Amino acid sequence: MPATSGLGASGTAGPVYGRVGLNFSRGVPMKLPGIPAIPASEITPRELFYQRRHFMQLALGGSAALLAGAAVGGEKLASSLSEAYGLTDKLTPLEDVSQYNNFYEFDTSKEGPAKMAGRLKTRPWTVSVEGEVRKPKQFAIEDLLKLAPMQERIYRLRCVEAWSMVIPWLGYPLAELLKQVEPTSDARFVEFVSLHDPEQLPGQRRAVLEWPYREGLRIDEAMHPLALLTFGLYGEVLPNQNGAPIRIVVPWKYGFKSAKSIVKIRLLKQQPMTSWMQAGPSEYGFYANVNPEVDHPRWSQAKERRLGEFLKRPTLPFNGYAEQVAGLYAGMDLTKNF
Amino acid sequence: MLAFLAALLPLALLLTAAWQDNLGANPIEKITHNTGYWTLTFLLISLGVTPLRQLSGASWLVRLRRMLGLFAFFYACLHFLTYLVLDQFFDWSAIAKDILKRPYITVGFAAFVLLIPLAVTSTNAMQRRLGGKNWKRLHRLVYLIAGAGVVHFAWLVKKDLSRPLLFAGILVLLLALRWFYRVKAARLSRSYSAV
Repeated sequence: MPATSGLGASGTAGPVYGRVGLNFSRGVPMKLPGIPAIPASEITPRELFYQRRHFMQLALGGSAALLAGAAVGGEKLASSLSEAYGLTDKLTPLEDVSQYNNFYEFDTSKEGPAKMAGRLKTRPWTVSVEGEVRKPKQFAIEDLLKLAPMQERIYRLRCVEAWSMVIPWLGYPLAELLKQVEPTSDARFVEFVSLHDPEQLPGQRRAVLEWPYREGLRIDEAMHPLALLTFGLYGEVLPNQNGAPIRIVVPWKYGFKSAKSIVKIRLLKQQPMTSWMQAGPSEYGFYANVNPEVDHPRWSQAKERRLGEFLKRPTLPFNGYAEQVAGLYAGMDLTKNF
Repeated sequence: MLAFLAALLPLALLLTAAWQDNLGANPIEKITHNTGYWTLTFLLISLGVTPLRQLSGASWLVRLRRMLGLFAFFYACLHFLTYLVLDQFFDWSAIAKDILKRPYITVGFAAFVLLIPLAVTSTNAMQRRLGGKNWKRLHRLVYLIAGAGVVHFAWLVKKDLSRPLLFAGILVLLLALRWFYRVKAARLSRSYSAV
Protein backbone atom coordinates (compact mmCIF):
# COMPACT_ATOMS: atom_id res chain seq x y z
CA MET A 1 0.00 0.00 0.00
CA PRO A 2 1.18 3.52 -0.67
CA ALA A 3 2.01 5.43 2.45
CA THR A 4 -0.61 7.88 3.64
CA SER A 5 -0.01 10.00 6.65
CA GLY A 6 -0.06 13.56 7.83
CA LEU A 7 -2.03 16.51 6.60
CA GLY A 8 -0.71 18.89 4.03
CA ALA A 9 -1.09 22.61 4.32
CA SER A 10 -4.29 22.75 2.36
CA GLY A 11 -5.38 25.90 4.18
CA THR A 12 -8.40 27.72 2.87
CA ALA A 13 -7.68 27.72 -0.84
CA GLY A 14 -11.07 26.48 -1.87
CA PRO A 15 -12.78 23.12 -1.83
CA VAL A 16 -10.73 19.97 -1.59
CA TYR A 17 -11.56 16.37 -2.18
CA GLY A 18 -11.74 14.95 1.30
CA ARG A 19 -10.04 16.63 4.17
CA VAL A 20 -6.53 15.64 3.29
CA GLY A 21 -4.45 18.25 1.54
CA LEU A 22 -1.22 17.70 -0.25
CA ASN A 23 0.61 14.85 1.26
CA PHE A 24 4.29 14.54 0.66
CA SER A 25 5.44 12.31 3.43
CA ARG A 26 7.47 9.41 2.21
CA GLY A 27 6.81 6.11 3.90
CA VAL A 28 8.36 2.76 3.21
CA PRO A 29 8.97 2.34 -0.50
CA MET A 30 6.46 -0.02 -2.04
CA LYS A 31 8.17 -2.80 -3.92
CA LEU A 32 6.45 -4.12 -7.00
CA PRO A 33 7.86 -7.00 -9.00
CA GLY A 34 10.06 -5.73 -11.79
CA ILE A 35 9.85 -2.14 -10.69
CA PRO A 36 12.92 -0.96 -8.83
CA ALA A 37 12.12 1.13 -5.78
CA ILE A 38 13.98 4.41 -5.91
CA PRO A 39 15.46 5.69 -2.68
CA ALA A 40 13.66 8.74 -1.43
CA SER A 41 16.96 10.61 -1.43
CA GLU A 42 17.16 10.40 -5.21
CA ILE A 43 13.85 12.08 -5.81
CA THR A 44 13.95 15.79 -6.49
CA PRO A 45 12.91 17.63 -3.35
CA ARG A 46 9.21 18.15 -3.57
CA GLU A 47 9.40 21.71 -2.29
CA LEU A 48 11.50 22.60 -5.31
CA PHE A 49 9.19 21.37 -7.94
CA TYR A 50 6.13 22.69 -6.26
CA GLN A 51 7.44 26.21 -6.15
CA ARG A 52 5.96 27.10 -9.50
CA ARG A 53 2.69 25.56 -8.49
CA HIS A 54 2.48 27.89 -5.55
CA PHE A 55 3.19 30.80 -7.83
CA MET A 56 0.37 29.69 -10.10
CA GLN A 57 -1.90 29.35 -7.09
CA LEU A 58 -1.19 32.88 -6.07
CA ALA A 59 -2.17 33.99 -9.54
CA LEU A 60 -5.21 31.80 -9.98
CA GLY A 61 -6.13 30.74 -6.48
CA GLY A 62 -8.26 33.74 -5.64
CA SER A 63 -10.71 33.20 -8.46
CA ALA A 64 -10.65 29.42 -8.11
CA ALA A 65 -11.63 29.65 -4.48
CA LEU A 66 -14.79 31.56 -5.37
CA LEU A 67 -16.09 28.82 -7.61
CA ALA A 68 -17.02 26.50 -4.79
CA GLY A 69 -18.03 23.09 -6.02
CA ALA A 70 -16.97 23.68 -9.61
CA ALA A 71 -13.88 21.59 -10.07
CA VAL A 72 -11.48 23.74 -11.98
CA GLY A 73 -7.80 23.32 -12.57
CA GLY A 74 -5.82 24.52 -9.60
CA GLU A 75 -8.07 22.79 -7.11
CA LYS A 76 -6.22 20.45 -4.80
CA LEU A 77 -6.55 16.72 -5.03
CA ALA A 78 -5.51 14.53 -2.15
CA SER A 79 -3.18 11.67 -2.92
CA SER A 80 -0.33 9.68 -1.55
CA LEU A 81 2.98 9.31 -3.32
CA SER A 82 3.40 5.92 -4.85
CA GLU A 83 7.08 5.40 -4.18
CA ALA A 84 7.41 2.60 -6.66
CA TYR A 85 6.51 5.03 -9.40
CA GLY A 86 8.94 7.76 -8.47
CA LEU A 87 11.52 8.75 -11.05
CA THR A 88 14.89 10.39 -10.76
CA ASP A 89 14.18 12.42 -13.90
CA LYS A 90 13.72 16.11 -13.33
CA LEU A 91 10.06 17.11 -13.50
CA THR A 92 8.82 19.29 -16.34
CA PRO A 93 7.52 22.52 -14.75
CA LEU A 94 3.75 22.78 -14.38
CA GLU A 95 3.84 25.87 -16.55
CA ASP A 96 5.14 23.84 -19.49
CA VAL A 97 2.93 20.83 -18.78
CA SER A 98 -0.15 23.05 -18.86
CA GLN A 99 0.83 25.46 -21.67
CA TYR A 100 2.24 23.08 -24.28
CA ASN A 101 -0.51 20.69 -25.24
CA ASN A 102 -1.67 18.55 -28.09
CA PHE A 103 -5.43 18.62 -27.70
CA TYR A 104 -6.94 19.08 -31.15
CA GLU A 105 -10.44 19.30 -29.68
CA PHE A 106 -9.48 22.81 -28.63
CA ASP A 107 -6.91 23.83 -31.22
CA THR A 108 -4.11 22.32 -33.29
CA SER A 109 -1.47 24.71 -31.98
CA LYS A 110 0.47 23.94 -28.80
CA GLU A 111 -0.58 27.13 -26.99
CA GLY A 112 -4.19 27.09 -28.18
CA PRO A 113 -5.65 24.47 -25.81
CA ALA A 114 -4.66 26.42 -22.68
CA LYS A 115 -6.36 29.52 -24.10
CA MET A 116 -9.59 27.75 -25.10
CA ALA A 117 -9.80 25.38 -22.15
CA GLY A 118 -12.17 27.58 -20.14
CA ARG A 119 -15.03 26.55 -22.41
CA LEU A 120 -15.01 22.98 -21.19
CA LYS A 121 -17.44 22.24 -18.36
CA THR A 122 -16.22 19.32 -16.30
CA ARG A 123 -19.29 19.13 -14.01
CA PRO A 124 -21.61 17.33 -14.22
CA TRP A 125 -19.65 14.53 -15.89
CA THR A 126 -20.39 10.86 -16.25
CA VAL A 127 -18.42 8.02 -17.75
CA SER A 128 -20.33 5.11 -19.17
CA VAL A 129 -18.53 1.76 -19.00
CA GLU A 130 -20.24 -0.78 -21.22
CA GLY A 131 -19.88 -3.51 -23.83
CA GLU A 132 -18.63 -7.00 -23.01
CA VAL A 133 -19.20 -6.66 -19.28
CA ARG A 134 -21.48 -8.23 -16.73
CA LYS A 135 -22.29 -4.99 -14.94
CA PRO A 136 -22.36 -2.02 -17.28
CA LYS A 137 -22.58 1.20 -15.35
CA GLN A 138 -22.66 4.97 -15.58
CA PHE A 139 -20.19 6.46 -13.15
CA ALA A 140 -20.49 10.02 -11.91
CA ILE A 141 -17.14 11.77 -11.72
CA GLU A 142 -17.62 12.24 -7.96
CA ASP A 143 -17.84 8.47 -7.54
CA LEU A 144 -14.86 7.82 -9.77
CA LEU A 145 -12.76 10.14 -7.64
CA LYS A 146 -13.53 7.94 -4.63
CA LEU A 147 -13.36 4.54 -6.31
CA ALA A 148 -9.79 3.74 -5.26
CA PRO A 149 -7.03 5.49 -3.32
CA MET A 150 -5.51 8.28 -5.34
CA GLN A 151 -1.79 7.77 -6.01
CA GLU A 152 0.79 10.17 -7.30
CA ARG A 153 2.94 8.68 -10.04
CA ILE A 154 5.78 10.30 -11.87
CA TYR A 155 5.77 9.15 -15.50
CA ARG A 156 7.68 10.06 -18.61
CA LEU A 157 5.47 11.23 -21.48
CA ARG A 158 6.86 10.72 -24.99
CA CYS A 159 5.00 12.43 -27.82
CA VAL A 160 5.03 10.92 -31.30
CA GLU A 161 6.44 14.32 -32.40
CA ALA A 162 9.74 13.45 -30.65
CA TRP A 163 9.51 15.64 -27.54
CA SER A 164 9.00 14.43 -23.99
CA MET A 165 8.05 15.56 -20.49
CA VAL A 166 8.11 14.15 -16.96
CA ILE A 167 4.81 14.62 -15.14
CA PRO A 168 3.56 13.81 -11.63
CA TRP A 169 0.09 12.44 -12.34
CA LEU A 170 -2.64 11.66 -9.83
CA GLY A 171 -4.85 8.66 -10.33
CA TYR A 172 -5.23 4.95 -9.78
CA PRO A 173 -4.85 1.92 -12.03
CA LEU A 174 -7.42 1.71 -14.82
CA ALA A 175 -7.82 -1.92 -13.79
CA GLU A 176 -9.61 -0.75 -10.63
CA LEU A 177 -12.42 0.69 -12.72
CA LEU A 178 -12.56 -2.15 -15.21
CA LYS A 179 -12.86 -4.72 -12.39
CA GLN A 180 -16.00 -2.94 -11.18
CA VAL A 181 -17.92 -3.79 -14.35
CA GLU A 182 -16.67 -7.39 -14.55
CA PRO A 183 -15.46 -7.82 -18.13
CA THR A 184 -16.57 -11.09 -19.75
CA SER A 185 -14.14 -13.48 -21.41
CA ASP A 186 -15.12 -11.90 -24.73
CA ALA A 187 -13.67 -8.55 -23.68
CA ARG A 188 -10.41 -8.49 -25.60
CA PHE A 189 -10.08 -4.78 -26.27
CA VAL A 190 -11.00 -1.53 -24.55
CA GLU A 191 -12.13 1.55 -26.44
CA PHE A 192 -11.98 5.07 -24.99
CA VAL A 193 -14.31 7.71 -26.34
CA SER A 194 -13.68 11.37 -25.58
CA LEU A 195 -16.28 14.12 -25.29
CA HIS A 196 -17.81 15.33 -28.55
CA ASP A 197 -19.30 18.79 -28.19
CA PRO A 198 -18.17 21.52 -30.60
CA GLU A 199 -19.71 24.14 -28.27
CA GLN A 200 -17.23 23.32 -25.56
CA LEU A 201 -14.52 21.97 -27.82
CA PRO A 202 -14.36 24.46 -30.70
CA GLY A 203 -11.59 22.55 -32.47
CA GLN A 204 -14.22 19.94 -33.31
CA ARG A 205 -15.85 22.35 -35.74
CA ARG A 206 -13.09 21.37 -38.12
CA ALA A 207 -12.68 17.80 -39.27
CA VAL A 208 -8.97 17.64 -38.47
CA LEU A 209 -9.65 14.21 -37.00
CA GLU A 210 -12.80 12.14 -36.96
CA TRP A 211 -14.72 13.13 -33.85
CA PRO A 212 -15.24 11.99 -31.23
CA TYR A 213 -11.63 11.14 -30.49
CA ARG A 214 -11.34 7.41 -30.04
CA GLU A 215 -8.43 5.42 -28.71
CA GLY A 216 -7.99 1.82 -27.70
CA LEU A 217 -5.93 -0.72 -25.83
CA ARG A 218 -5.76 -4.48 -25.69
CA ILE A 219 -7.36 -5.74 -22.47
CA ASP A 220 -4.04 -6.90 -21.00
CA GLU A 221 -2.55 -3.48 -21.69
CA ALA A 222 -5.52 -1.78 -20.06
CA MET A 223 -5.26 -4.06 -17.00
CA HIS A 224 -1.51 -3.46 -16.63
CA PRO A 225 -0.69 -1.70 -13.34
CA LEU A 226 1.12 1.09 -15.19
CA ALA A 227 -2.02 2.11 -17.12
CA LEU A 228 -3.32 4.96 -15.00
CA LEU A 229 -6.84 6.35 -14.82
CA THR A 230 -5.89 9.95 -14.22
CA PHE A 231 -7.66 12.84 -12.49
CA GLY A 232 -4.90 15.26 -11.63
CA LEU A 233 -1.33 16.41 -11.96
CA TYR A 234 1.03 18.32 -9.72
CA GLY A 235 -1.19 17.74 -6.72
CA GLU A 236 -4.25 19.30 -8.31
CA VAL A 237 -7.24 18.52 -10.45
CA LEU A 238 -6.28 18.19 -14.12
CA PRO A 239 -6.23 21.49 -15.98
CA ASN A 240 -8.87 21.24 -18.72
CA GLN A 241 -6.24 21.40 -21.44
CA ASN A 242 -4.61 18.30 -19.98
CA GLY A 243 -7.74 16.20 -20.40
CA ALA A 244 -9.99 17.06 -17.47
CA PRO A 245 -11.83 15.71 -15.68
CA ILE A 246 -10.70 12.16 -16.46
CA ARG A 247 -8.16 10.69 -18.85
CA ILE A 248 -5.87 7.75 -19.13
CA VAL A 249 -2.07 7.78 -19.10
CA VAL A 250 -0.29 4.89 -20.78
CA PRO A 251 3.35 5.82 -20.29
CA TRP A 252 5.00 3.23 -22.55
CA LYS A 253 3.01 4.42 -25.59
CA TYR A 254 3.13 7.64 -27.60
CA GLY A 255 1.08 10.38 -26.02
CA PHE A 256 -1.84 10.24 -28.43
CA LYS A 257 -2.80 6.81 -27.04
CA SER A 258 -3.64 8.43 -23.70
CA ALA A 259 -7.18 9.61 -24.40
CA LYS A 260 -8.41 12.77 -22.67
CA SER A 261 -11.78 13.96 -21.34
CA ILE A 262 -13.26 10.47 -21.54
CA VAL A 263 -17.05 9.96 -21.53
CA LYS A 264 -17.30 6.34 -22.57
CA ILE A 265 -15.27 3.18 -22.11
CA ARG A 266 -16.34 0.17 -24.15
CA LEU A 267 -15.07 -3.37 -23.79
CA LEU A 268 -15.03 -5.07 -27.15
CA LYS A 269 -14.42 -8.38 -28.89
CA GLN A 270 -12.73 -6.77 -31.86
CA GLN A 271 -9.89 -4.31 -32.07
CA PRO A 272 -11.47 -0.85 -32.35
CA MET A 273 -10.57 1.70 -35.01
CA THR A 274 -8.93 4.79 -33.52
CA SER A 275 -9.06 8.40 -34.70
CA TRP A 276 -5.34 8.49 -35.52
CA MET A 277 -5.44 5.17 -37.37
CA GLN A 278 -8.20 6.62 -39.52
CA ALA A 279 -6.21 9.81 -40.06
CA GLY A 280 -3.04 8.08 -41.19
CA PRO A 281 -3.04 4.28 -41.25
CA SER A 282 0.56 4.10 -42.47
CA GLU A 283 1.76 6.50 -39.78
CA TYR A 284 -0.24 5.59 -36.67
CA GLY A 285 -0.78 2.00 -35.65
CA PHE A 286 -2.99 0.52 -32.96
CA TYR A 287 -0.11 -0.28 -30.61
CA ALA A 288 1.98 2.91 -30.91
CA ASN A 289 4.49 1.68 -28.36
CA VAL A 290 7.42 4.04 -27.97
CA ASN A 291 10.10 2.44 -30.12
CA PRO A 292 13.36 4.11 -31.22
CA GLU A 293 13.84 1.37 -33.83
CA VAL A 294 10.66 2.09 -35.72
CA ASP A 295 10.58 5.54 -37.28
CA HIS A 296 7.50 7.53 -38.04
CA PRO A 297 7.39 7.40 -41.86
CA ARG A 298 8.23 11.11 -42.00
CA TRP A 299 10.62 11.55 -39.08
CA SER A 300 13.00 9.64 -36.85
CA GLN A 301 11.98 8.30 -33.44
CA ALA A 302 15.54 7.48 -32.37
CA LYS A 303 15.90 10.58 -30.21
CA GLU A 304 13.68 13.01 -28.38
CA ARG A 305 13.91 16.48 -26.96
CA ARG A 306 13.07 16.47 -23.28
CA LEU A 307 11.47 19.88 -22.80
CA GLY A 308 13.90 22.13 -20.98
CA GLU A 309 16.96 20.31 -22.27
CA PHE A 310 19.17 21.45 -25.12
CA LEU A 311 20.66 18.24 -26.48
CA LYS A 312 18.36 15.52 -27.69
CA ARG A 313 18.44 12.34 -25.69
CA PRO A 314 18.10 8.81 -27.04
CA THR A 315 14.57 7.43 -26.87
CA LEU A 316 14.23 4.27 -24.79
CA PRO A 317 12.27 1.20 -25.92
CA PHE A 318 8.79 1.34 -24.39
CA ASN A 319 9.77 4.78 -23.11
CA GLY A 320 11.94 3.19 -20.42
CA TYR A 321 9.22 0.82 -19.19
CA ALA A 322 10.44 -2.23 -21.13
CA GLU A 323 11.12 -4.22 -17.97
CA GLN A 324 7.48 -3.96 -16.97
CA VAL A 325 5.67 -4.18 -20.32
CA ALA A 326 7.86 -5.84 -22.95
CA GLY A 327 6.38 -9.19 -21.93
CA LEU A 328 2.98 -8.09 -23.22
CA TYR A 329 4.37 -8.18 -26.76
CA ALA A 330 6.43 -11.36 -26.64
CA GLY A 331 6.62 -12.95 -30.09
CA MET A 332 5.07 -9.95 -31.86
CA ASP A 333 6.78 -8.23 -34.77
CA LEU A 334 6.84 -4.68 -33.48
CA THR A 335 7.86 -3.32 -36.88
CA LYS A 336 4.55 -4.51 -38.29
CA ASN A 337 2.55 -3.90 -35.14
CA PHE A 338 3.75 -0.33 -34.75
CA MET B 1 14.63 52.10 -45.79
CA LEU B 2 11.23 51.74 -44.17
CA ALA B 3 10.72 48.40 -45.87
CA PHE B 4 14.15 47.29 -44.70
CA LEU B 5 13.29 47.99 -41.07
CA ALA B 6 9.89 46.36 -41.45
CA ALA B 7 11.55 43.24 -42.82
CA LEU B 8 13.74 43.08 -39.72
CA LEU B 9 10.73 43.30 -37.43
CA PRO B 10 10.05 39.54 -37.27
CA LEU B 11 13.63 38.95 -36.15
CA ALA B 12 13.40 41.75 -33.60
CA LEU B 13 10.19 40.27 -32.18
CA LEU B 14 11.75 36.82 -32.01
CA LEU B 15 14.84 38.14 -30.22
CA THR B 16 12.69 40.09 -27.78
CA ALA B 17 10.66 36.99 -27.00
CA ALA B 18 13.88 35.03 -26.49
CA TRP B 19 15.24 37.76 -24.24
CA GLN B 20 12.10 37.71 -22.12
CA ASP B 21 12.08 33.90 -21.99
CA ASN B 22 8.77 34.06 -23.79
CA LEU B 23 9.27 31.32 -26.39
CA GLY B 24 7.16 28.75 -24.59
CA ALA B 25 7.94 25.24 -23.47
CA ASN B 26 9.86 24.29 -26.61
CA PRO B 27 11.87 27.35 -27.67
CA ILE B 28 13.90 25.55 -30.33
CA GLU B 29 10.76 24.37 -32.07
CA LYS B 30 9.33 27.87 -31.86
CA ILE B 31 12.44 29.47 -33.41
CA THR B 32 12.53 26.83 -36.15
CA HIS B 33 8.88 27.34 -37.04
CA ASN B 34 9.12 31.12 -36.82
CA THR B 35 12.15 31.49 -39.11
CA GLY B 36 10.67 28.97 -41.54
CA TYR B 37 7.40 30.86 -41.61
CA TRP B 38 9.14 34.16 -42.42
CA THR B 39 11.31 32.54 -45.10
CA LEU B 40 8.20 31.40 -46.92
CA THR B 41 6.43 34.68 -46.31
CA PHE B 42 9.28 36.74 -47.79
CA LEU B 43 9.55 34.37 -50.74
CA LEU B 44 5.87 34.92 -51.47
CA ILE B 45 6.07 38.68 -50.93
CA SER B 46 9.01 38.94 -53.33
CA LEU B 47 7.03 36.91 -55.85
CA GLY B 48 4.14 39.29 -55.35
CA VAL B 49 6.10 42.36 -56.44
CA THR B 50 5.76 41.85 -60.19
CA PRO B 51 2.02 41.10 -60.22
CA LEU B 52 1.41 44.03 -57.87
CA ARG B 53 3.38 46.33 -60.15
CA GLN B 54 1.37 45.15 -63.13
CA LEU B 55 -1.90 45.61 -61.27
CA SER B 56 -1.08 49.01 -59.84
CA GLY B 57 1.31 50.36 -62.41
CA ALA B 58 3.65 51.49 -59.63
CA SER B 59 6.95 50.76 -61.29
CA TRP B 60 9.05 51.80 -58.28
CA LEU B 61 7.97 48.59 -56.55
CA VAL B 62 10.47 46.60 -58.57
CA ARG B 63 13.30 48.23 -56.67
CA LEU B 64 12.07 46.44 -53.51
CA ARG B 65 12.24 43.02 -55.11
CA ARG B 66 15.93 42.32 -54.61
CA MET B 67 15.82 43.34 -50.98
CA LEU B 68 12.77 41.20 -50.28
CA GLY B 69 14.38 38.22 -51.99
CA LEU B 70 17.52 38.69 -49.93
CA PHE B 71 15.43 38.81 -46.77
CA ALA B 72 13.90 35.49 -47.77
CA PHE B 73 17.46 34.17 -48.01
CA PHE B 74 18.36 35.80 -44.71
CA TYR B 75 15.50 34.08 -42.85
CA ALA B 76 16.29 30.83 -44.68
CA CYS B 77 19.86 31.05 -43.33
CA LEU B 78 18.53 31.60 -39.81
CA HIS B 79 16.14 28.68 -40.29
CA PHE B 80 18.94 26.41 -41.48
CA LEU B 81 21.30 27.54 -38.71
CA THR B 82 18.60 26.88 -36.13
CA TYR B 83 18.29 23.35 -37.44
CA LEU B 84 22.08 22.87 -37.61
CA VAL B 85 23.03 24.36 -34.25
CA LEU B 86 20.02 24.41 -31.95
CA ASP B 87 18.07 21.41 -33.17
CA GLN B 88 20.79 18.95 -34.18
CA PHE B 89 23.84 20.56 -32.57
CA PHE B 90 26.19 19.54 -35.40
CA ASP B 91 25.16 15.90 -35.25
CA TRP B 92 26.35 15.39 -38.83
CA SER B 93 25.30 11.78 -39.13
CA ALA B 94 21.77 12.60 -37.96
CA ILE B 95 21.68 15.53 -40.38
CA ALA B 96 22.87 13.39 -43.29
CA LYS B 97 20.23 10.77 -42.47
CA ASP B 98 17.57 13.47 -42.27
CA ILE B 99 18.49 14.91 -45.65
CA LEU B 100 18.60 11.50 -47.33
CA LYS B 101 15.68 9.80 -45.60
CA ARG B 102 13.16 12.46 -44.66
CA PRO B 103 11.45 13.86 -47.74
CA TYR B 104 10.42 17.09 -46.03
CA ILE B 105 14.04 17.76 -45.05
CA THR B 106 15.31 16.73 -48.50
CA VAL B 107 13.00 19.18 -50.18
CA GLY B 108 13.63 21.97 -47.67
CA PHE B 109 17.39 21.54 -47.86
CA ALA B 110 17.29 21.51 -51.67
CA ALA B 111 15.29 24.73 -51.65
CA PHE B 112 17.84 26.34 -49.36
CA VAL B 113 20.80 25.24 -51.52
CA LEU B 114 19.07 26.55 -54.64
CA LEU B 115 18.55 29.92 -52.98
CA ILE B 116 22.32 30.39 -52.58
CA PRO B 117 23.16 31.06 -56.27
CA LEU B 118 20.25 33.49 -56.45
CA ALA B 119 21.55 35.43 -53.46
CA VAL B 120 25.12 35.39 -54.80
CA THR B 121 24.05 36.71 -58.22
CA SER B 122 21.75 39.36 -56.83
CA THR B 123 24.20 42.26 -57.22
CA ASN B 124 24.20 44.63 -60.21
CA ALA B 125 27.72 43.53 -61.10
CA MET B 126 26.77 39.84 -61.22
CA GLN B 127 23.66 40.69 -63.19
CA ARG B 128 25.86 42.41 -65.80
CA ARG B 129 28.40 39.62 -65.84
CA LEU B 130 25.76 36.97 -66.47
CA GLY B 131 23.90 39.04 -68.98
CA GLY B 132 20.22 39.87 -68.59
CA LYS B 133 18.91 36.79 -70.33
CA ASN B 134 21.00 34.24 -68.39
CA TRP B 135 20.35 36.05 -65.16
CA LYS B 136 16.62 35.94 -65.73
CA ARG B 137 16.75 32.27 -66.60
CA LEU B 138 18.71 31.50 -63.43
CA HIS B 139 16.37 33.52 -61.25
CA ARG B 140 13.34 31.68 -62.51
CA LEU B 141 14.51 29.02 -60.06
CA VAL B 142 12.62 30.99 -57.46
CA TYR B 143 9.33 29.45 -58.65
CA LEU B 144 10.73 26.00 -57.98
CA ILE B 145 12.16 27.12 -54.63
CA ALA B 146 8.89 28.60 -53.44
CA GLY B 147 7.05 25.44 -54.49
CA ALA B 148 9.61 23.31 -52.66
CA GLY B 149 9.25 25.51 -49.57
CA VAL B 150 5.49 25.00 -49.48
CA VAL B 151 5.88 21.24 -49.96
CA HIS B 152 8.48 21.21 -47.15
CA PHE B 153 5.91 22.82 -44.85
CA ALA B 154 3.06 20.56 -45.93
CA TRP B 155 5.08 17.38 -45.41
CA LEU B 156 6.17 18.20 -41.91
CA VAL B 157 2.83 19.01 -40.29
CA LYS B 158 1.24 16.12 -38.48
CA LYS B 159 -2.35 16.60 -39.53
CA ASP B 160 -3.60 20.18 -39.77
CA LEU B 161 -2.73 21.30 -43.30
CA SER B 162 -4.54 24.65 -43.17
CA ARG B 163 -1.45 26.87 -43.03
CA PRO B 164 0.59 25.07 -45.68
CA LEU B 165 -2.50 25.13 -47.88
CA LEU B 166 -2.85 28.87 -47.34
CA PHE B 167 0.73 29.37 -48.52
CA ALA B 168 0.08 27.05 -51.46
CA GLY B 169 -3.04 29.00 -52.38
CA ILE B 170 -1.20 32.32 -52.36
CA LEU B 171 1.62 30.87 -54.45
CA VAL B 172 -0.81 29.51 -57.04
CA LEU B 173 -2.60 32.86 -57.15
CA LEU B 174 0.66 34.75 -57.70
CA LEU B 175 1.78 32.37 -60.44
CA ALA B 176 -1.64 32.58 -62.07
CA LEU B 177 -1.42 36.39 -62.12
CA ARG B 178 1.98 36.22 -63.80
CA TRP B 179 0.68 33.81 -66.39
CA PHE B 180 -2.34 36.02 -67.00
CA TYR B 181 -0.22 39.14 -67.58
CA ARG B 182 2.19 37.25 -69.81
CA VAL B 183 -0.63 35.99 -72.03
CA LYS B 184 -2.15 39.45 -72.13
CA ALA B 185 1.19 41.04 -73.05
CA ALA B 186 1.77 38.45 -75.77
CA ARG B 187 -1.67 39.13 -77.22
CA LEU B 188 -1.04 42.87 -77.14
CA SER B 189 2.29 42.61 -78.93
CA ARG B 190 0.70 40.32 -81.54
CA SER B 191 -2.08 42.80 -82.19
CA TYR B 192 0.51 45.60 -82.49
CA SER B 193 2.56 43.66 -84.98
CA ALA B 194 -0.62 42.94 -86.98
CA VAL B 195 -1.24 46.65 -87.44
